Amino acid sequence: MEKGMNLTLIVWRQKDAKSTGSFATYDARDVNPDMSFLEMLDVVNDDLIKRGQEAIAFDSDCREGICGTCSCVINGIAHGGQKATTACQLHMRKFRDGDTITIEPWRAKAFPVVKDLVVDRSAFDRIIQAGGFVSVRTGGTPDANAIRVSKEDSDLAMDAAQCIGCGACVAACKNASAMLFVSAKVSHLGLLPQGQPERDRRVLNMVRQMDVEGFGACTVTGSCEAVCPKEITLDNIARMNRDYAVATAQGK
Amino acid sequence: MKLDSKIPSGPLGQKWDKHKFDLKLVNPANKRKFEVIVVGSGLAGGSAAATLAELGYSVKSFCYQDSPRRAHSIAAQGGINAAKNYQNDGDSVHRLFYDTIKGGDFRARESNVHRLAQVSVNIIDQCVAQGVPFAREYGGLLDNRSFGGAQVSRTFYARGQTGQQLMLGAYSALSRQIGLGTVKMYPRTEMLDLVVVDGHAKGIVVRDLVTGEISSHAADAVVLATGGYGAVFYLSTNAVGCNVTGTFRAFKKGAAFANPCYTQIHPTCIPVSGDHQSKLTLMSESLRNDGRVWVPKRKEDSSKSPDSIAEADRDYILERKYPSFGNLAPRDISSRAAKEACDEGRGVGPGGFGVYLDFNDAIKRVSEAKIRERYGNLFDMYERITGENAYQQPMRIYPAVHYTMGGLWVDYNLMSNLPGLFVVGEANFSDHGANRLGASALMQGLADGYFILPYTIGHYFASSKQARPKSDHPEFRKVEEEVNARTKRMLAIKGKKAPRAFHRELGKLMWENCGMARSKESLELNLKRIPELREEFWNNVNVSGESGDLNQTLEHAGRVADFLEFGELLCLDALTREESCGGHFRVEHQEEGECKRDDENFAHVAAWEHQGEGKAPLRHTEPLVYDEVRMSTRSYK
Repeated sequence: MEKGMNLTLIVWRQKDAKSTGSFATYDARDVNPDMSFLEMLDVVNDDLIKRGQEAIAFDSDCREGICGTCSCVINGIAHGGQKATTACQLHMRKFRDGDTITIEPWRAKAFPVVKDLVVDRSAFDRIIQAGGFVSVRTGGTPDANAIRVSKEDSDLAMDAAQCIGCGACVAACKNASAMLFVSAKVSHLGLLPQGQPERDRRVLNMVRQMDVEGFGACTVTGSCEAVCPKEITLDNIARMNRDYAVATAQGK
Repeated sequence: MKLDSKIPSGPLGQKWDKHKFDLKLVNPANKRKFEVIVVGSGLAGGSAAATLAELGYSVKSFCYQDSPRRAHSIAAQGGINAAKNYQNDGDSVHRLFYDTIKGGDFRARESNVHRLAQVSVNIIDQCVAQGVPFAREYGGLLDNRSFGGAQVSRTFYARGQTGQQLMLGAYSALSRQIGLGTVKMYPRTEMLDLVVVDGHAKGIVVRDLVTGEISSHAADAVVLATGGYGAVFYLSTNAVGCNVTGTFRAFKKGAAFANPCYTQIHPTCIPVSGDHQSKLTLMSESLRNDGRVWVPKRKEDSSKSPDSIAEADRDYILERKYPSFGNLAPRDISSRAAKEACDEGRGVGPGGFGVYLDFNDAIKRVSEAKIRERYGNLFDMYERITGENAYQQPMRIYPAVHYTMGGLWVDYNLMSNLPGLFVVGEANFSDHGANRLGASALMQGLADGYFILPYTIGHYFASSKQARPKSDHPEFRKVEEEVNARTKRMLAIKGKKAPRAFHRELGKLMWENCGMARSKESLELNLKRIPELREEFWNNVNVSGESGDLNQTLEHAGRVADFLEFGELLCLDALTREESCGGHFRVEHQEEGECKRDDENFAHVAAWEHQGEGKAPLRHTEPLVYDEVRMSTRSYK
């Protein structure tokens, strides 16, 4: 049996939103390279728990890269830097024996820390509530094939719709801008015929809410695109800017 | 306990329409006076909460995740069935109904399944109108594929992320209502108990997972959409937060739990790599449309590299055993075929618990680019987890627990035997019998939430006239005290093991003794071992931290405590059902390795009633009557 890796973890600990946080250092011994990053944290936590110490709080749920719950900055990069990969899908074979790994929460004014590595991303939900939908009620909809959509548009909409709302784009941005997240939803619905009737008010309402929540401005550095686990592209921001300009020019 | 299924009279095809007319209505102006609690925000809960709010009810929605968009419905990959017959290949409501009944091994209600097939067509219309980007053909019409044991192409899909896109559709509808103020959303809030007043379910007690505060919420009805209990096996394809607490607490308050032994093992998951593992990952069943399942014919070859094994030395197990369905044989059958091959020592990969899923022929036939277009994200996921490139070498797969067909017993109105308690989606037992077909979970969740519950719940309000208690009613106080006492007790133990250690141990017992093959001996062993493990938990668990803030160790401990009781119920049900059907395989009851049903003695639903702490639960039965279809032996040969 090959011996596992020994790592040093430098982890952000913060009791709650009001307290001041600080880094604490932990050893992770005999780490199996087939473990996911979060499974490595599980093992460290179980050891802490057995000794009666409080476990490191971190968010995760599906652990297969689709729910968007996990959210840590690993060695300064949101989700840890593997292309198109969430923290839960990052595996320890990407690290080397003896590595020191720094683990922090998303840092943004609009995402206050709840505890340790857990942050409050409800601002994203409020942006969707402001307009990220097609206003149809259950029932009374036409036959699905009555709405024809070209494959090209449908594929582009799907590219944008893949956003998992994890917030890595905000964490990576020096301005903590949420433009990539918001533009993904604006594009997804704006590219489809179903989204046309509300296209103008959708973009205006969502952008307004985005500003209310305290997210910063976009200066198109592309750091959001670089860390996005679903590879949402900057094209979406261009689409949103155009929609916003058109809606504003029409005085809506 | 009286189990009245309330199946409407009349011909099968007309039952639902007749029933909708017979259901009493609530005056539009009165709807806002009725408060509904919906626990869980996945496909069933999210669609139910949104639709109820659109109708005018006052809705409170609860989820343990930080946002309602994250429920585990999001992880479903393959697709959603609907009897649209867009492909002109002979599909119909009746065919979808028949396939589902047969796929469930004749252990589901005809009436419920027929209704599910009927409303399936409305679901697709609804989702498309919401902007769900289903796959399309160049002409702009919707694309379909065949999936999981179906001989028609009735599955709608959005790349490998169908569950996610349907989930985001339901979430957008829910978000719209939250924005309008008709739904009050409680994220990071976990239901810890059900409150029953005068025999009616009238509220819940919850814990705010951020502040630790315990509080009560009263309502006119409670809807549980809390998902399945697959995580009782510890390793499963469920999210790590999935739990049985909602439904199990309702069981302890008097709701009957039906068919807990019906658990589905999915054939195409990534094999276990070690003890550290926290979950298993599903590779969509759609892969079986193009991948061929094989193992070496000879044991000696199982450690060789796959490309060094000649075609003649490969055993394409599903194609050989089930020529007419081949690699698309239903899940329970495919899973057992894989287990059988591995038990014979022909399994591949570390530990020998794996079979190959090979795309080489498909890549030759349609090109690598085409395969990438169809399954690219799945191949990427496989590579991230295993470090292997499945375009160049076959995937290794092995069955894993994936879905639970059992759940709280409900009548035709989706109401449990406790008046006012409705159960939707995977949390109920109703539509899949002993085995669920692929792409039917999404269909059932959305059918319940969008198109069934919103009608039937009104009938309860219009006919029961049971006043809503205030949340300071003594019963709420009492339940809050019980919840607080339980938390205190767990924190005070200060033992030597983390909650996960108990969860893992329970999972091993469940998988080894109550997994793909079950016997009298293995089940009796579990019925002895689980209470011992539970005893040890309550004496030796260590729950560090406090109750007054975010404490994930405490959350996990509470869920494990419930699994430690529920696992016993599951094994008891499996022991009592002396037959094999669907996902429930008793080694004593087989014919040439296939399930041998006992229709004379077991063509019924088994619903368990809690009798009090330390007492054996009572087994009730609801006979299953088949008027439309003839019960036959499932054959996929």
